[in-house]
Amino acid sequence: MKSDVKLLGAWPSPYVLRVRIALNMKSVDYEFHEERFPDKSPLLLKSNPIHKKIPVLIHKDKPLSESLIIVQYVDDVWSSASPILPSDPYDRAMARFWADYIDQTLYPTMKSIRGAADQEGKNRLIEEVREGLALLEDVFKSSSKGKGFYGGDQIGLLDIALGCFLGWLRVVETVNGVKLLNQTNTPELLKWADRFCAHAAVKDVMPETGRLVEFSKTLPK
Amino acid sequence: MMEDVKVFGLWASPFTQRVVWALKLKGVNYEYIGEDLFNKSNLLLQYNPVYKKVPVLVHDGKPIAESMVILQYIDETWPQTPLLPQDAYQRANVLFWSKFIDEKTVDMMKFFRYDGEEQEKAMKENWESLRVMEKESGLSEKKFIGGNRIGLADLALGWVAHTLEAMGDVIGVKFITPDAFPHLHSWMGNFLEIPAIKNNLPPHEHAVEYFTEKRKMFLAMNYHHHHH
Repeated sequence: MKSDVKLLGAWPSPYVLRVRIALNMKSVDYEFHEERFPDKSPLLLKSNPIHKKIPVLIHKDKPLSESLIIVQYVDDVWSSASPILPSDPYDRAMARFWADYIDQTLYPTMKSIRGAADQEGKNRLIEEVREGLALLEDVFKSSSKGKGFYGGDQIGLLDIALGCFLGWLRVVETVNGVKLLNQTNTPELLKWADRFCAHAAVKDVMPETGRLVEFSKTLPK
Repeated sequence: MMEDVKVFGLWASPFTQRVVWALKLKGVNYEYIGEDLFNKSNLLLQYNPVYKKVPVLVHDGKPIAESMVILQYIDETWPQTPLLPQDAYQRANVLFWSKFIDEKTVDMMKFFRYDGEEQEKAMKENWESLRVMEKESGLSEKKFIGGNRIGLADLALGWVAHTLEAMGDVIGVKFITPDAFPHLHSWMGNFLEIPAIKNNLPPHEHAVEYFTEKRKMFLAMNYHHHHH
């Protein structure tokens, strides 16, 4: 079935997951093209010549890249259903700030745990991730305003920006024998994580932790 | 109701200048508080506990950090002189270039911090980044990045039109020449002609004086780094 929405991606990628969740929230029909790494398809190279990275959304033959930019685009175009960005400009700024923090600081730190030189290095990085999650626990309390998600009643930008990393976060927990989300330090995020993963827009596309653990073993350090 | 807008910044920083230009373009009144990065005010640390950096915008007591987040906030709060296109796809395109440019900014200033081989490498990377912008950002078709009016991506890049020039003067290199980068060179001219920009630039001599001192400091740091 030909659709005018195509998504170039790969099942383990949290950035691709962001776009899938956004499209699901808007009930958009799309074709998913799984990239077979390390080879990059000609379509990917043509559609994202500058970064040559996934995700790439192709809407009516026009390509878009950068996951959060694509999510905002999806929110703009399919604007009648399930808003993703908050409506208040200050809330939008806070969501963007924390999404940027996750991309600039939290996830890079998490990713570097695997390649750390020694256990001491690993422990330091794990501690940094814990500190970041503690910040995001506080943000959850103010952003959710007593509801289930950062976006309130419904999943919003920051839920998607953080939630996409839950699979990989669980890989870090499994491989290192630690609990990054736990009842003591992050009680709200612990509950939020289950809610997020059970959400209709997320549950069929969130990769299974066991599968990600196996996949991570194939990655170079 | 009086709107209370404050900007905590550093006059020489590209990141602060973007915010000032956006407010000036939209005719928004604000109070500017200059920060000494070696002696940061308690207010700054309170308003930006995560990064402890400038710029920070405070609107009616509510703080926002990260220059590109601030710019989008300004654009959404004061819609006059819009900095993003109406069309969703064109908007995504301008946001793409804004991100690309913003992410290159710190790297593009590295040549000024280093000397020797590291400086050569940093300068090569600058030329490569500029080549991508020259070729791909649409400046061959449009006056500004993504449109015929100044926008978010232009504000992100604006520092090259004067700060990079001043840094280049101190080192003795000129990056954006009409031969090497004709579109970027035209763009620079167009950018600098806009009154809100032209009237809110530090004088060139002032910038050169500032960066001459900075260069001395970096060279001293490099010396100690290589000779301890």
